[in-house]
Amino acid sequence: MKLFLKFDFNTICKKVLEEKLYELNLKYRVLGFGEVEIVGKLSSDKYHELQESLNKYGIEIVENQKSVLVQKIKDAIIDMVFNEDTNVNVKSSVYLSEKLGHSYGYLSNLFSEITYTSIENFIILQKIEFAKQLIITTDFSLTEIAFRLNYSSVAHLSNQFKNTTGITPSAFQRIISKRREKAQKANN
Amino acid sequence: MLADDDEDDRLFFTDAFEELKMNTKVRTFNDGVELMDYLNTEDVILPNVLFLDLNMPKKNGIVCLKEMKSNQKLSDIAIAIYSTSASEEDIEETFVLGANIYIKKPNDFNKLKKVLSDVVSINWQYHTNGLNKDNFLLRI
Repeated sequence: MKLFLKFDFNTICKKVLEEKLYELNLKYRVLGFGEVEIVGKLSSDKYHELQESLNKYGIEIVENQKSVLVQKIKDAIIDMVFNEDTNVNVKSSVYLSEKLGHSYGYLSNLFSEITYTSIENFIILQKIEFAKQLIITTDFSLTEIAFRLNYSSVAHLSNQFKNTTGITPSAFQRIISKRREKAQKANN
Repeated sequence: MLADDDEDDRLFFTDAFEELKMNTKVRTFNDGVELMDYLNTEDVILPNVLFLDLNMPKKNGIVCLKEMKSNQKLSDIAIAIYSTSASEEDIEETFVLGANIYIKKPNDFNKLKKVLSDVVSINWQYHTNGLNKDNFLLRI
């Protein structure tokens, strides 16, 4: 007996894609043909797993060179800000261009083009996020936090904090601890 | 998404977004009841940021905020309070209740454009860089 089959390649591709993303426990949105948005961060392990499982079906992840480099810039900045060992007293422009092997001007333009924000702003944002984390998870004084994050003075950190978030570090601390009290009360 | 009972403010807001030419969709509501009814419909597409006026008839902004924060389906929406009040108490109270952003309504159209574009871009930073949303507080 012979069966005649009709295929719809789009449906097949979409089904395979959805199944694989589901197997890897990834939250996703299919944006249209050939485009998927992963909700949240995709670790490089998961990325490779996904790449491998899709390759078996002849589906390839097209890497956009520019986006890849921007991700590298972001990773380098996060490493620089959050990791004490790399938090050396080198100017961030020198650090980035040495680490990534491109001139700072090139990196800076590319970054702005892709992310709609500047490298400088991104560094400030990350530093302030780290300061927030230290404020609420440790007993460090603001002076110690300023020192850890390479600020020349507490005033400099406070100012940048206020400029970035619109509130002072102490107001931030107060709001978060009130939120926690409220959550605890609700749980009791 | 904006909930505000003042028609001029709503117009001002949508015009500002239009002029910014960002790839955004704006939807407005006249009061808190209308907003919450919409958010509670099935298959609703949740907004990236919700701009919430505090003084609205029927259901005010604080009540909406509390309802959203106690509803698991809605608790992750970034909330921007959009108010004429700049009282420190209002600001702190809404932050403690879980608002992420507090905007004092600007009188000037260009200032409004600047504020909205700042809000959208910083919210995007939190969204794309996996930053901890619990620590997202911004006052402008």
